Amino acid sequence: MIGVQAFGAYIPLYRLSRELMGKAWGLPSGPGERAVANIDEDTVTMAVEAGLDCLKDIDPKTVDGLFFASTSAPYKEKAASTIIATTLDLPRNALTQDFTDSLRAGTTAIRAASDAIVSGSAKRVLVVASEIRISEQESMEEQSYGDAAAAVLLSSEDVAAELKDFYSIQDEIVGTWRKDSDEYIMHFEDKVNVKYGYQANVIEAIKGLAQKSGIELKEIARLASSYIGPRDLAGVAKKTGLDPKSQVQDVFFASLGNAGTAQPLISFVAALEDASPGDDIMLVAHGDGADALIFTVTEKIKSLSPRLGVKGHLKRKRELSSYELYARNRKIIMKNFKSPPASPVIHWRERQAELPFYGLRCKNCGQVQYPMVRVCYVCHSKDNFEKVRLGTKGTIYTFTRDFIRSGGAEPVPWCVIHLEDGCRVFLTMTDCDPDEVKINMPVERTFRLVHQGGGFNNYYWKCRPVQG
Amino acid sequence: MGTLRDKVVIAGVGYTKFGELWEKNQQDLLVEAVFEALDDAGVEPKDIEAGWVGIQYPFTGVSAGAAVEPLKMYGIPFTRVENFCASGMDAFRNACMAVASGVYDLVLACGVEKLMDQGSRGLPSTTGAMGVAFDRPSAPAMFALAASRCFEEHGWTKETLANVPVKNHENGTHHPKAHFRKAITIDDVLNAPIISWPLGRYDCCAMSDGSAALIITTPERARSLKHKDDFVKVKANEISVYTLYPWLHPEYDFLGFPSTQQAARSAYKQAGIKDPAKEIDVAECHDCFSITEILNTEDLGFCKKGQGGDFIKEGNTKYGGLIPINVSGGLKCFGHPIGATGCRMLVEISKQLQGRADGLQVKDPKLALAHNLGGAFTVASVTILGRNDT
Repeated sequence: MIGVQAFGAYIPLYRLSRELMGKAWGLPSGPGERAVANIDEDTVTMAVEAGLDCLKDIDPKTVDGLFFASTSAPYKEKAASTIIATTLDLPRNALTQDFTDSLRAGTTAIRAASDAIVSGSAKRVLVVASEIRISEQESMEEQSYGDAAAAVLLSSEDVAAELKDFYSIQDEIVGTWRKDSDEYIMHFEDKVNVKYGYQANVIEAIKGLAQKSGIELKEIARLASSYIGPRDLAGVAKKTGLDPKSQVQDVFFASLGNAGTAQPLISFVAALEDASPGDDIMLVAHGDGADALIFTVTEKIKSLSPRLGVKGHLKRKRELSSYELYARNRKIIMKNFKSPPASPVIHWRERQAELPFYGLRCKNCGQVQYPMVRVCYVCHSKDNFEKVRLGTKGTIYTFTRDFIRSGGAEPVPWCVIHLEDGCRVFLTMTDCDPDEVKINMPVERTFRLVHQGGGFNNYYWKCRPVQG
Repeated sequence: MGTLRDKVVIAGVGYTKFGELWEKNQQDLLVEAVFEALDDAGVEPKDIEAGWVGIQYPFTGVSAGAAVEPLKMYGIPFTRVENFCASGMDAFRNACMAVASGVYDLVLACGVEKLMDQGSRGLPSTTGAMGVAFDRPSAPAMFALAASRCFEEHGWTKETLANVPVKNHENGTHHPKAHFRKAITIDDVLNAPIISWPLGRYDCCAMSDGSAALIITTPERARSLKHKDDFVKVKANEISVYTLYPWLHPEYDFLGFPSTQQAARSAYKQAGIKDPAKEIDVAECHDCFSITEILNTEDLGFCKKGQGGDFIKEGNTKYGGLIPINVSGGLKCFGHPIGATGCRMLVEISKQLQGRADGLQVKDPKLALAHNLGGAFTVASVTILGRNDT
């Protein structure tokens, strides 16, 4: 049996109301709000957060595959999957692959993960889809999107949702696209893409899967599917005999927005959060054709440990007070931000301390310390350590709010943190109101893009207030 | 271990005005300070046998060529010294060691920094690429971490800290070479924009340019020079270097600076001082930030740990108080051209001991102390000087 052993998600903290977005440009406003990544987030950082949510109590050293899916990966050349695999502390011989360019890259990656397990190439593959849609400003598209990531762990052990079958069609259609030289997503007359790029392909894939697997569409518990406009799924339901009220997974348009490549996996994770053993869940994604997969939920769904997932992240939110702040975060309004110098060789040499956040425990005095030193801070023993991956939670020992290096009107909190394992680290704080920072405040680590010195993405950890 | 005490003396001093000296470059500053010192000692450039120059930033100058070139002291042994804010006093330290060892007779210690050309807000970064785990915040942010913790442990407030800039600004109004010569009030300090909470603009010393120099020699040689009757004696000179990353030490409490404590302990031992607050008559101590001066009074042993807030509030460190601190106006009024500051402090306390201070003159001082603290509280230096008759 092969299928989903665990799942997780990540939705950035901030929300921008569609009313503010419409007012910014004198456009009509869609309903509700959309999720917007913070200035220090990208699809890699969000993928790490979703991966951490998914791998809650799973030893990462047993996960020997990492497939990353996005149409908005940070590099055109350079893998994102290796950054994520290293940060999540996967083993050195893990299979890594980036799935890009198509909105159905996430479901394609799930199918590939299943194939890898079947063929024996890997035992457990973490599939993460992550998206920050690169849309033009001053448009309804910009309003409709939402930034998010979702992760599923494919495995042949402790399967909570068995992958029963899949059906894929490739269709050569220029629906939405972005060439190397294009700054934003391009599209033709929407009606054409909705009718042929989306509906026709999605319906063909659903019906094709039903026929291939023998499943009765009337009996599936949930259809978790991608969409273009929020009303598209109702149309698909009608044409496939599904009840839009009870059999179609809510896409959270008014509280998240369309998360592109991540959207089908977001819907899938949300469906799994509600699922009972025996439920059949169909996962569908469009984009240059369509993928359809059918899963059957098992008893193991009940013994999954709690995680934030989609529901938990939807609850964690803070409103952005203006469109301009969102535009600054998107670097649409350019600010004079100077990155410190950085070196790829230093990044490579220090990667264990920087990414999976390894520190050391002194074998002589037991002190946990960071980063990786040769001589113990406390007892001065030399080269007498064991490597230990540091914890994510701690409390603030002291802090300041620094205006000098903030580059904006708000100061950056710098926090000396006493981690639960007794180690001290020094991190800036994000996703917070600087005025709420206090000594003894509980905080947790979060993975962010800290700067682009040296011309490459410098990823590292910050802290944020623990919520709930 | 041996001692420097009374083996080394200061034969002459010189320094520039400190401030935003847009029209002067490093050459101008060094030449003015060094030639003033040479004149004060009554010696010529050719009499100098060796030199040390304190410079923190590469853009002020790399290698000792940065001093030798403008001074045209070609050919002599010369070294550039860099040790964060103790650079100037460490240049002095090296000069003292050279004379105490007997290898050199008459040497030059100087410091210079030209910060204002860089156009940056606050101190520019010193490093190249470091790696994200080794990032250091701004200087105000580092000291603000100590202020935050002191607020928590001692109940100090921004008002407590404000006593420092108010006192130092009052002192600075009397000093002709200070950058800032205007008095300020507690309210001015409390209402100033925040730089790095809880430190606001007046809690932080400013950026400025400047240079200072001292001629160092043996007592014997000094007796044949201009200040033959009132040359100043070096009683002790110590530095102490601790960590670059205090925030990574599991047990560090941010309530004081171990480097200052250690340098002070060693200096007092060398100078034979048992009760610093009583025995030291005037002190220049490193007021890069308001919190620093308050913690300095504890770390230098002028008052007990935790008492620094009350100590200044009760007027103990004002001009005329038990232990007058920064009667020149300190870093607060002179700014902090890093390589120059340590030398400037030594020039100031020398002149205090000789009764010829340019600003406020402390009455009849016999022993004086100068202190620097730099980096992430990494390096501290303490020098104790004595009047000619001590």
